[in-house]
Amino acid sequence: MSVPLTLLGLLEREPSHGYDLKRDYDMYFGRGKPLRYSQVYATLSRLARDGKAIAGPAEHGAGPERRRYLITEAGIEDVERWLSEPAPPEADLNSELFAKVVLAVLLDRPAGRYLDLQRAAHLQRMRELTELKLAGEPLDLLLADHIIYRLEADLRWIDHTAARLDTLTQAVRR
Amino acid sequence: MTAARLAPLSGNQEIVLEARNVVKSFGQTPALRGASLKVRRGEILAVMGPSGSGKSTLLHCLAGILTPDDGDVRFDGQPLDALSEDARSDLRRDRFGFVFQFGQLVPELTAEENVAMPLLLSGIRRAPALAKARPWFGRLGLDGLERRRSGELSGGQAQRVALARGLVAQPEVLFADEPTGSLDSMAGELVMTLLTTAAREYGTTVILVTHDARVAAYAGREVVVRDGLVGSLTGVAP
Repeated sequence: MSVPLTLLGLLEREPSHGYDLKRDYDMYFGRGKPLRYSQVYATLSRLARDGKAIAGPAEHGAGPERRRYLITEAGIEDVERWLSEPAPPEADLNSELFAKVVLAVLLDRPAGRYLDLQRAAHLQRMRELTELKLAGEPLDLLLADHIIYRLEADLRWIDHTAARLDTLTQAVRR
Repeated sequence: MTAARLAPLSGNQEIVLEARNVVKSFGQTPALRGASLKVRRGEILAVMGPSGSGKSTLLHCLAGILTPDDGDVRFDGQPLDALSEDARSDLRRDRFGFVFQFGQLVPELTAEENVAMPLLLSGIRRAPALAKARPWFGRLGLDGLERRRSGELSGGQAQRVALARGLVAQPEVLFADEPTGSLDSMAGELVMTLLTTAAREYGTTVILVTHDARVAAYAGREVVVRDGLVGSLTGVAP
């Protein structure tokens, strides 16, 4: 999963401090693998350097100096592009599929459309592997089957998620 | 590795079957609400969609088994509803083949008589019809089962007999409605491999209704039926 694009997606929702971004990232996407603060700030610096985000003026308060980050038009375009493209259909995609669906719902983007594109990409990969099986050797067949069954599991998850988009929308916007 | 995906439809590809804004209801329940679809000659097309979406109704309308309430279905450019019931019946017998989820073999007949049935129905005499049916047993891995009745066959064997029956008359279009739906994954895979190989060998167009992605992966492209309408996953016109 792309941490920079996920953070950009959270920034598109609203300008945020690094602290808020880490909290939201961990809540939605961390699932036992929270981001380190150093990773958050290093990523924000790179995004600012690349023109995808802008660091706001320093805010002085009781604690250490803080800056609020804002997404730029270029950053919004990156998020838009990322959410409109299916992930490469490979095994162990769960975190990226999950992140894209949740972000699409959070940002009021067409999550169902994304899921359809991902379905098409998965089916195309399964079609290529099936073609390999029709022509292939037993070892090719074993390997192709292994990937096909994992892609099939993703597709079932996609079907279930599509059927539950309304519930998911209510949950993440609460 | 070869990618089997077909290019999006363009104007110069030969369309063998077309549904145009097909509407079909059962009582007050709409099954198709303006379904449109073009099927190219020689392609294997998967029709996917959730249960109750209308995909089997679409298959039955395309095959001339059901008559749309509105819209039309064209085979080789000719509207099916312009044909008499007898002519539609001839079309289904002579130019279409069918495979259904549970095989639907005639239990009183032997396996080879079941396979020969489309030939017998089209007027071919018994001996030549059986002679034409028998090679399918070797082709589909059914050697030695010619004289068995359907109750003496496993589910996978019965479905392969049903596949042979669907293909024996070398139809232009094979309609397959969940052809592996009653089989375990190994038997289902064998049926799909045999179906795909035979369809490619004879240039048969196949319309394959399935909810199973592994089965759909044998097709060159897929369309999705949702709420009685046909769409594609990528937005390309179906």
